[in-house]
Amino acid sequence: MSSVIVDIKNLKREFRMGVETVKALNDVSFAINAGEFVTIMGSSGSGKTTMLNILGCLDKPTDGQYMLDGINIGQMAKNELAKLRNQKLGFVFQSYNLLARTTAVENVELPLLYNNKFSAKQRREKAIKALEAVKLSDRINHLPNQLSGGQQQRVAIARALVNDPVMILADEATGNLDSRTSYEIMMLMQELNNDHGKTIVFVTHEPDIALFSKRTITLKDGKLLKDYINTNVQSARQMLESLPAISEILTPAS
Amino acid sequence: MKLTNLLRIAWRAINRNKMRTFLTMLGIIIGVAAVIAMTAIGEGSKQSIQSQISGMGSNMIVIRPSSNVTAGARLDNTTVQSLTEPDVTALQKDAQFLNGVSGSVSTRGQAINGSNNWTTNMQGVAPDYLQIRVWPLTDGVAFTDQDMNTANKVCLVGQTVINNLFPNGEYALGKTIRFKNIPFKIIGVLIAKGENTFGQDQDDVILTPVTTVMKRLLATTYYQTIFASAIDENSTDKASDEIENILRTSHKLQKGTDDDFTVRTQAELISSLSSTSQILTILLTVIAGISLLVGGIGIMNIMYVSVTERTKEIGLRMSIGARGIDILLQFLIEAVLISVTGGIIGVALGITATKLVTMFIHWPTLVTQFSVVISFLVCFVTGVFFGYYPALKASRLDPIEALHYE
Repeated sequence: MSSVIVDIKNLKREFRMGVETVKALNDVSFAINAGEFVTIMGSSGSGKTTMLNILGCLDKPTDGQYMLDGINIGQMAKNELAKLRNQKLGFVFQSYNLLARTTAVENVELPLLYNNKFSAKQRREKAIKALEAVKLSDRINHLPNQLSGGQQQRVAIARALVNDPVMILADEATGNLDSRTSYEIMMLMQELNNDHGKTIVFVTHEPDIALFSKRTITLKDGKLLKDYINTNVQSARQMLESLPAISEILTPAS
Repeated sequence: MKLTNLLRIAWRAINRNKMRTFLTMLGIIIGVAAVIAMTAIGEGSKQSIQSQISGMGSNMIVIRPSSNVTAGARLDNTTVQSLTEPDVTALQKDAQFLNGVSGSVSTRGQAINGSNNWTTNMQGVAPDYLQIRVWPLTDGVAFTDQDMNTANKVCLVGQTVINNLFPNGEYALGKTIRFKNIPFKIIGVLIAKGENTFGQDQDDVILTPVTTVMKRLLATTYYQTIFASAIDENSTDKASDEIENILRTSHKLQKGTDDDFTVRTQAELISSLSSTSQILTILLTVIAGISLLVGGIGIMNIMYVSVTERTKEIGLRMSIGARGIDILLQFLIEAVLISVTGGIIGVALGITATKLVTMFIHWPTLVTQFSVVISFLVCFVTGVFFGYYPALKASRLDPIEALHYE
């Protein structure tokens, strides 16, 4: 039996907008086990961003329970949440959020700077290892503006991996990328999931991205609409190979 | 979070915006350089006044007769005769804070050596006088108590007198000169002292036993002045009080009557002369301080801009585990790093400016450790004070909002 990473029971999140109360999440329950690759889908206003914020320990539920790796989030103070984000989670954002004029390896080191356990030497070693895992070991001293969008996102993924998190949270991580680069990123995600056993939660509104995950949770109006296991997982590698090669596109038909 | 990590983060952030950081520092640099240079110039002039006065003997105490009411008529200071030999003896015997006492009278007249003559001062003093004035001999020996007792016709001559009576550089020691037709044998030559603070030539003098002047030249039993020296600079005030008590007893003055003498210490002279330069120093420092304040406001301004500009970065840092305090310290250290680095450059610049002032305008300057330490401290405090509010603002950002800030 695999261990439970996320355990959400009757989760509610309400926002006060003046006199009105908006129920962004209304009684949602699900669990995610270690090694799963889950996409959370939903149109805008469905509550998926709120769900991501709560999963990422950036926000706390109004009611209900959220256990992350056996720890109850509801009762935690701000600083304890920060520590949890630092040691248990890895974030990948739509807009990469790399520090400008800072080399790839320094960007990847960042989460470890907020953890006193690691020496400068250990930080550098772990960062280089993470960059190797995303196949960027030849770009460690490049600055973000010297990297393509896909490469920048891979640096961001390396940054999410560097602290060995129990779960990687991706927020529209392919939203800024063209389809070829998106497939490359998804291929990397599938590799991390299959070969390294990383638990991945991917929030997206693009249905074709969900095809690469093993399970899809769909939210609508703050409620769980669908939760199904994808029996026919697409391989991003195959998709990538089926795309016409760039040389084919550029070669004029004779 | 470790301090070294915080320093590393702040240093990277500063490095990312070198030009802006430098311009922000400029306010601090100019402020600190101004403080250092201004206080150095002020201190320098103060110090040069003090050293000139100390040259006269910083422990020196001068006792002069002063006006006293005699039979209802207030007499002029110069005609008052109240200091006598028993006063000197009493001071020598009873004073604990004095280590030298010398009665003194002086008279002006013509000194003659062969065909050369020179009008100068002959000052009669006791052997203690040389020690009181811190005035060594270049040649020969000082006269002794024996010379005092016999009112011996021996003298010590100053450089100006030597130059005028022996214009061709003859060897003066052992020669006999005449002063008011009385022959005096030169037994010592005084070291050149130069001009004093008031522009008087201190070397235009012939020193001789006070008894000689009193008995052979002036036929008086009163001293014009008594010179004394306190055992050290800090006890001049105590010594001055002591002298007053002893002299009042010796003069048998009743309670309630005025002193018939005045006691002046060098410390009083120093403080009155340095107070002018002190005011100047304070003024200059205030102006420099204002420029530091302006520099501090510059830092605050840039830190606010920086926090707003880096809202997204703050959001990211929070999402990967930075606590509020980490963000606060990051920006605070950044501000302090800017201000203290500015301070270091400012001190270097200030010292350079000071050296240039001395080199080209020949003003006396003195960079005090105090001004350097104070400058650093002020820079540090400026950084903390003006960096704190922007840093606090940064640390209180909501990570979710900060992440989605555009």
